[in-house]
Amino acid sequence: MRNPQLNSNGELTHLLTLEGLPREIIVNILDTAESFLGVTEREVKKVPLLRGMSVFNVFFENSTRTRTTFEIAAKRLSADVINLNVSTSSTQKGETLLDTVDNLAAMHADMFVVRHAQSGAPHMIARHVGPERHVINAGDGRHAHPTQGLLDAYTIRHYKKEFSALTVAIVGDILHSRVARSLIHALTILGTPEVRVIGPQTLLPAGVESLGVRVFPDMRKGLAGADVVVMLRLQNERMGGPLLPSAQEFFKYYGLTPDKLALAKPDAIVMHPGPMNRGIEIDSAVADGPHSVILPQVTFGIAVRMAVMSILGGS
Amino acid sequence: MAMRVHIKGGRLVDPKHGVDRPADLYIAEGRVAGIASAPRGFEPERVIDATGLVVAPGLVDLAARLREPGLEYKATLESEMLAAVAGGVTSLACPPDTDPPLDEPGLVEMLTRRASSLNLARVYPVGALTAKLGGERLTEMAELRDHGCIAFSQAEVPLADTQVLWRALQYAATFGLPVWLRPQDPHLAHGGVAHDGEVATRLGLPGIPAFAETIALGAILQLVRVTGTRVHLCRLSARESVEMVRVAKRDGLPVTCDVSAHHLHLSELDLGYFDSHCHVVPPFRSRRDREALSAALADGTIDAVCSDHTPVDDDAKQLPFGESEPGATGLELLLPLTLKWSREVRLPLVQALARATSEPARILGIDAGHLGIGAPADVCVFDPETYFTVAPSGLRSMGKNTPFLGYELPGVVRWTLVAGEVRFERG
Amino acid sequence: MPLRDAEALCAELVKKLRPAVTPATGMVGIHTGGAWLAERLHRELGLALPLGRLDISFYRDDYRKSGLHKSVKASQIPFDVGDRRLLLVDDVLYTGRTVRAAMNELFDYGRPESIALVVLVDRGERQLPICAQYCGTTVAVAKGAMLRLDRNDAGRLSLRLDDA
Repeated sequence: MRNPQLNSNGELTHLLTLEGLPREIIVNILDTAESFLGVTEREVKKVPLLRGMSVFNVFFENSTRTRTTFEIAAKRLSADVINLNVSTSSTQKGETLLDTVDNLAAMHADMFVVRHAQSGAPHMIARHVGPERHVINAGDGRHAHPTQGLLDAYTIRHYKKEFSALTVAIVGDILHSRVARSLIHALTILGTPEVRVIGPQTLLPAGVESLGVRVFPDMRKGLAGADVVVMLRLQNERMGGPLLPSAQEFFKYYGLTPDKLALAKPDAIVMHPGPMNRGIEIDSAVADGPHSVILPQVTFGIAVRMAVMSILGGS
Repeated sequence: MAMRVHIKGGRLVDPKHGVDRPADLYIAEGRVAGIASAPRGFEPERVIDATGLVVAPGLVDLAARLREPGLEYKATLESEMLAAVAGGVTSLACPPDTDPPLDEPGLVEMLTRRASSLNLARVYPVGALTAKLGGERLTEMAELRDHGCIAFSQAEVPLADTQVLWRALQYAATFGLPVWLRPQDPHLAHGGVAHDGEVATRLGLPGIPAFAETIALGAILQLVRVTGTRVHLCRLSARESVEMVRVAKRDGLPVTCDVSAHHLHLSELDLGYFDSHCHVVPPFRSRRDREALSAALADGTIDAVCSDHTPVDDDAKQLPFGESEPGATGLELLLPLTLKWSREVRLPLVQALARATSEPARILGIDAGHLGIGAPADVCVFDPETYFTVAPSGLRSMGKNTPFLGYELPGVVRWTLVAGEVRFERG
Repeated sequence: MPLRDAEALCAELVKKLRPAVTPATGMVGIHTGGAWLAERLHRELGLALPLGRLDISFYRDDYRKSGLHKSVKASQIPFDVGDRRLLLVDDVLYTGRTVRAAMNELFDYGRPESIALVVLVDRGERQLPICAQYCGTTVAVAKGAMLRLDRNDAGRLSLRLDDA
């Protein structure tokens, strides 16, 4: 089955998931992102690459943060940006997903940035829009959040340089996390030898080892010697039901506190895709402490999204 | 009306009587009048040249949704019965999940009358086990039987609790009525759309664990030991279920079971990039599960294969996987998929075809699925060697939703006869 | 016609430029050949301000046709461009589009007082109204052939002609 993200020349034409992407393509995105970082330090923070192109942010699931970073990235490339919060408009009138996309395409959208609550929705849209238009997955259900995986990989590369000797620990609700899945794919493709997932059994998906990770139900054991600790956000609705009893017990056993962090390497970095739940998955002392690279992640995120858009726009 | 038909030059395959040899078939007054040699004074009004073709009993399909009453935008009796005879299916059982469900004698009669007026295939309705399929109140099963229901089922709708399951089985056993159940624990399956395994984890799809089926199956089998009800288990999907049925049969429980033709060939790996045509219930499970189902059908632990024909309109499939409506069209693929399976497990045709003819007929308790002297002349004449490519334009069903689009499958039906009359002829 | 020796051309450029440079002069080389040439000129001329380097990948006019260039390097201008006299350096002046892109990019850094173009070779096949104020030599090249500057490990510059 041909990878639907690549065109017949093997160029990236959609970014739907990191799974199955050749290593060179991922490295190229990271390298390109690096050159975009310099742009933001200039007087004129724009380059004219996507001038005349329109980028439509089509968010079926709300997210001001992610949408804003895509908007900033597109504008820095001089593209025209239109934001559509579809959840509140046409689908309520009964318009199908594909009808909505067709209407947008008729308005000459060159690039769609799509976020949807259902896994696979961006794949469906990409199949539908054809090779001239490009689809970027900004998060679909539990499946993937490829730009987040890329910016997490970029952050790790920025601070640790090489992946070939790293131990990376991902902590929290892996079961429901598209961020975790995308990061795991990025790390395994880039050759990270030890990727660990840490969480209670109720939050681990079936057969998770098949993704190429080691499972640690005990956080202290899982953090031992880690170079990178990635904390996942735990949603409120997961607590007080059959998955988890309470925030307190979760924080006690799976929250990142200074004493647990001390088990990792002394120069370990702490990451979080945001927004953080202080006191639930991460202690404020750690979030604001010297190991935390959570704020730089945001800056890198804009450069990575600029890189993705400029590579897709030229294919 | 009833013609005298001579089907000549074909290879007669009749699983019930263990027949696989070149033999002509002679039909009169809607029944098989002669095999190999003509009855005395037989003058045929129609001669069918079956040279190079297999002459077999018409297929008996244990599960085909006709979508009437109520769901005519998905399919109609007409379109689906035409699909049936085009697929060589001459008898079929339809599940009770129509709109309204088949829980009243009047509805059942209307359906059977309409079906027989179309003069295509024979329809055997399965009645609802509970009123409105609500899972709480029993239906008047004896009354429904008198109006044509051959068994009782909940289709895909769960029962309220195990208490209702127990009482329904007891009540049905009182009248000697069979109950057909698809084993699934609704709480364990809740929210799931794919097999809970490696593929669902990678694709981020909520999963239905295999134990959602085996736990429910365990409860059903325990109750059958107590009530003695004749239970037919529908659409097994997990290898552990096969083992449980093997033990139950060995212990002499009155259970039979079937598998959908799709599950013989497809596994979770076929979901690919979220192909909603692979969104079915029960889900396609792992490769090991598929292999176990295939082997079990071959050794008879699984008694029959059915199409589980479920036409779904395009709009309901052109949605993200989790939002799409589950189901696959299958009447016209039952024979080809059974043939493909028989070749993979290297089972002789006469044994393989039993799973789609004499065995389902036995489960339904009808005189069908065989071609002995005096049998109703329901015949399927097909070419076992020619391959065709599955395409929407080639399907007569209104449901074009099949995971086999683009596949090359063997088995082209040339003629289908019901009660000795040609009801389908390939142009 | 045989190619002129790049080292000799370089020495000639240094002689032509020396009267024009001041401590306030800013020099910017265009990746990759122009940057190499600029590094040499910058050293030989002993310029006070550090050297700037431009990667014009984000300003090219052929993005829609050819996509984003592989191996984009970071641009760095380590001095203030505003109100400054600049020397923009490239190895070969061909169609002029590279220089157009470089100027667009320079103006996104600030508003210079003036820009003078320095090239080693002018192919004379301009498609835009661009001219070099300081030029080593003009040479006619076969259509479609690519003329490039090379630098070996010892830092020696040479010109290379690749057929189409």
